Amino acid sequence: MNNVEQTVMTFPAKPEYVGVVRLVVSGIANRMGYTYDEIEDIKIAVSEACGNAVQHAYDHQDGEVKLACGVYADRLEITIEDSGKTFADDVKRQAAPVEETTEIESLHEGGLGLFLIEALMDDVSINKDNGVKVTMTKLLNRDEVDQSASKISTTPSQ
Amino acid sequence: MDLSIREQVIGEQLHLYVSGEVDTYTAPKLKEVLHPAISEQDVVVHLDEVEYMDSTGLGVFVGALKIATRNEKELSLVGVTERVNRLFELTGLHKLLSINSNVRGGTQ
Repeated sequence: MNNVEQTVMTFPAKPEYVGVVRLVVSGIANRMGYTYDEIEDIKIAVSEACGNAVQHAYDHQDGEVKLACGVYADRLEITIEDSGKTFADDVKRQAAPVEETTEIESLHEGGLGLFLIEALMDDVSINKDNGVKVTMTKLLNRDEVDQSASKISTTPSQ
Repeated sequence: MDLSIREQVIGEQLHLYVSGEVDTYTAPKLKEVLHPAISEQDVVVHLDEVEYMDSTGLGVFVGALKIATRNEKELSLVGVTERVNRLFELTGLHKLLSINSNVRGGTQ
């Protein structure tokens, strides 16, 4: 039950590799049986975390982005980690969601990334001890397609 | 995994037909075309062939909206797919941007 299959990869912290990381994670999620929409959500969350890491490394020097995917029976746990120097305000947040009364001039062009990660994934944690490490989890809901699972829920007694 | 942008002037509007993926890598390309254009004229951005977009794309449109507002120009997004529209709705940007999810025919 607690078996985990780990995939760990390291990519250059460059914008042109963000799409590659997205493809890798999308492949793993697809293999696990996530729906099309869930996979698209995961792709966006991964890109946002990678985007942050890449910008981060870019400001200082060439670096690496480390991707770890933990495949569990009931969830996918993705970690995106950079080793860049962290500043407290490095990961800027846009006050989201935006409201009709929001002044257009007050909007930031960046900063929606973290908000999206939190909106699209089931659990998100950010560690800034040594670089930025974003850990995000998407639960795998197999109930709708798994015959045995629905059988259990409809059985009156064990 | 790339982005292409086709430009066409129809009347006084510039139409941008965007296709491919808008992400950290490609968003600067969209920004390079859209931002200077919107300061001078109304721009209609066609998004029906966008296969992927994330917050970097949203950022380009936020920037464009600011420039448009300052210069009294209009930014319209058309052909917005369900996936892309979801991003605008999640972030609330659909309240500020002019978004039309109907793909209009005959604009080729």
